[in-house]
Amino acid sequence: MNALLVLSIAGLAALFSGFSHNKKLAVIVSLLGLAVAFTVNVLDWNTAVRYYNDMIFVDNYAIAFTGVMALTMLLIVALFVDYKESVEVPNAEIFALLFFSLAGGVMLVSYSNLLMLFLGIEILSIPLYILAGSKRHTLTSNEAAIKYFLLGAFASAFLLFGIVLIYGVTASFHIETIAAYIKNANGQPPALLVAGMFMLIGGLGFKISAAPFHFWTPDVYQGSPTIVTTFMSTVVKTAGIAAFYRLFAYAFPAITAEWIPTISVLAALTMTVGNVTAVFQSSVKRMLAYSGIAHAGYLLIAFVSISSNPESSVLYYLIAYAVSTVCAFAVLMVIQHTTGSEEVDGFKGLSKRSPFLALITTVAFISLAGIPPTAGFFAKFYLFSGAVKAGHLWLTIIAVLNSCIAIYYYFRVITAVYSSGTDSTPIELGTVQKAVMIITAVLAVALGLFPEMIISLL
Amino acid sequence: MITISLLCLPLLAAIFLLISRSAMAKQIALVATIAELVIAVVAAVQFVQNSSVQFLANYSWIPSLGIDFKVGMDGISLLLVLLTAFLMPFIVHVSFKKNYDKEWAFYALLLLAQSGLIGVFTSLNGFLFYFFWEAVLIPVYFLAILWGGERRVAVTFKFFIYTVLGSFFMLLGFIYLYLQTPGGSFDMAALQSVQLDREAQGWVFWAFFIAFAIKMPVFPFHTWQPDMYAESPVSVTMLLSALMVKMAVYGVFRWILPVTPLAVEDWGNVVIILSVTGIIYASCIAIVQKNLRRLVAYASIAHVGLMSAGVFSMNAEGLQGTMFQMLSHGIGAVALFYVIEMIYEKTGTMEIASLGGITSKAPVFATIFLIFILSTIAMPLTNGFWGEFLLLLGVYKYSMVLGTISTLTIVLGAVYMLRMYQASMLGKTSAVTQSFTDVTLQEGIILSVIVVVIFWMGVQPSVFIDIAKPAIENILSPVTQTVIN
Repeated sequence: MNALLVLSIAGLAALFSGFSHNKKLAVIVSLLGLAVAFTVNVLDWNTAVRYYNDMIFVDNYAIAFTGVMALTMLLIVALFVDYKESVEVPNAEIFALLFFSLAGGVMLVSYSNLLMLFLGIEILSIPLYILAGSKRHTLTSNEAAIKYFLLGAFASAFLLFGIVLIYGVTASFHIETIAAYIKNANGQPPALLVAGMFMLIGGLGFKISAAPFHFWTPDVYQGSPTIVTTFMSTVVKTAGIAAFYRLFAYAFPAITAEWIPTISVLAALTMTVGNVTAVFQSSVKRMLAYSGIAHAGYLLIAFVSISSNPESSVLYYLIAYAVSTVCAFAVLMVIQHTTGSEEVDGFKGLSKRSPFLALITTVAFISLAGIPPTAGFFAKFYLFSGAVKAGHLWLTIIAVLNSCIAIYYYFRVITAVYSSGTDSTPIELGTVQKAVMIITAVLAVALGLFPEMIISLL
Repeated sequence: MITISLLCLPLLAAIFLLISRSAMAKQIALVATIAELVIAVVAAVQFVQNSSVQFLANYSWIPSLGIDFKVGMDGISLLLVLLTAFLMPFIVHVSFKKNYDKEWAFYALLLLAQSGLIGVFTSLNGFLFYFFWEAVLIPVYFLAILWGGERRVAVTFKFFIYTVLGSFFMLLGFIYLYLQTPGGSFDMAALQSVQLDREAQGWVFWAFFIAFAIKMPVFPFHTWQPDMYAESPVSVTMLLSALMVKMAVYGVFRWILPVTPLAVEDWGNVVIILSVTGIIYASCIAIVQKNLRRLVAYASIAHVGLMSAGVFSMNAEGLQGTMFQMLSHGIGAVALFYVIEMIYEKTGTMEIASLGGITSKAPVFATIFLIFILSTIAMPLTNGFWGEFLLLLGVYKYSMVLGTISTLTIVLGAVYMLRMYQASMLGKTSAVTQSFTDVTLQEGIILSVIVVVIFWMGVQPSVFIDIAKPAIENILSPVTQTVIN
């Protein structure tokens, strides 16, 4: 809970640090703010306190996901130090917007009231609409912003409608009261409540870009500045998934029969659409957007395996995904800057130009593809174990087939890295940039070798 | 402790090479692999001949999922570890004359692959087995894609996707078995004692079999193999044919036979028919090959086909034959690829048609080549004989018809191997073989080591058969029990 305060204050501090002539100040303030937020967040471990008349319930689940988001954003802010793509908004304002968005994310992982869910989504999204359009004079960035805003508003309306329907039936916004109401209904929930729940699935499905609500994702991801894309595909996805899961684990565990079939279809559809479309992309940025959709699909499998308590599986998966994705995007930023293209071909000859970058790319994409000894592998393994345990063998088989498709497009990048290219001038890297790459790559391997430290948390 | 040192020595050597980027990479790698062989021989000497798992090492790894870092060796593991340790020095040495770019990385990756192979052969935990199984693939992928031939990118890609597809299904099989164990454990003994009904066994069987069939490869999952053998650097071709194929056969011993005996009973005939089809098919293609390496690649499919037929025939002869043939085939494959590489170095070609008349120029070389070929076509007194003899006996016991058809391996093998020998070694010298020089003393010593082992195994097969015998009987006892019931 203190983390929420710290993040809001840090956001303001970052905004005002823009007045200083020292351009580095905003970065330092932001990094400091995130570090403090992470620390106070961790100090709340095992306390489980309810705040604001039980609007927010900071349990270990909330703390773990808040921690993940804060650390991921820390890495992203650090990447800003050597970031070269022109963002036509001052850094201080970008950081402030990221902080506000993160504050929304924290609400999303800790809400115990559906109004907080709605508020969290709005606070998370509104800064993102601005950030997506922060390359003001670039057409694609404008397109990204307007598309994201229009469709996002539409999805919010769905979400709100769902909340209203549920309120109409249960006379409460509180997720535990709703759960209690459903339990009393003895497996015969009113149709209106179920309708409301499906509206929530639609609204949240949009946020985590689950098919068939995913159409905005590729254009928005590709049009936004890469650093914003990194934020959207890691922090925002973590918040969305954690909020989604929290809703079903806390409010609707008693009517699994109503939603498990729908979510199963959604999961199968999402991963298949994401993976199959990713195969045909020549732009790595767009490919990562589709791969993000696919990963959302795998994560939805955890929802339907709710009987096997998949919280720690969701947590581990999101950490593994965030680490590998930040790593992949960090490399992509360099490639974009040096070759001026984000195509797979831009990676050609990388092993000659910078063996270091080649190694980092390899680790990042191997982890995304889910091959040992990386975190991506253990994440998939752990998730699939839970799904088989819960009896969803067919869904797991679809996921396994999808993982094979995924290997095709991830390894296309790795293969490009080691094939010969036209340009052979060495690539210079900034110190901080390099540090972020090393940290994420080492984490991607270390977490894969020693997963116990994460999976024993929740 | 011995198992851990076997695992760590190549790993540490590889890390050392990666960090130091030493210009002496070749020599360091060779010394490391020879040291590994010494440790393996020490293990073989200390090994007590019974079915127990020895040289055990057990560390807690991911306790909440029942995953331990547990390694150790019984007879089957020991023989394969010995094979790996014996062949690696040759696999490293064959590339000595190549001037690869970034040699340190090349040899480091080879050593990493060795460490992974030892891991596969010694792990006593299902998760660990899978972990190593996949871990071997990564160095091999990079070796092939960085130092391979012209079409390396497409070919390696195909190989990689193919094998990973298979292993994902194996992972699913492991997860399923894991969930059936009481309390949830990936320990090999726990997984092997899971009692499944006939239908469930069928599913698990196929999940594992697809992975192993792709890796072996069994017809019709073999399409990645000839291209991969032809395009890879010679060390990788050796690694693939001599050792990685054995991972799959070993997998059948460890997981399919003990875990799904009823499914083997149901589906064994399908697998054996596929294998026998593969034998005939690959042999026929081998006969018309014009390139030495491709010919040996197809010959390899044929030989592996016989092994998979033997292992699924589920009798003592078949299993012991498979075990022995794994060793012979590994040694034979390395020997043949080594000699072919020598021909390539001296003449610059692997096309059979442009060779000829080497016998008159290099009699010692030609003789050694002939010995290798005779071993491959199962000549008595060579190691190839015992393996194929036991295998054919095993298949024959399973089904007389299939056994008779399998005998064609030897006949067809003799056809393509001797034709190859005739065309490349005998006859008149060609433009490229005009100045063919005979083996140097150093080369002679290296090759004669293999020759000695070929004859030693041919004359005293019981030395090797006895090591794995108790372990194989151990695998068979529950199998025969269920069959009788």
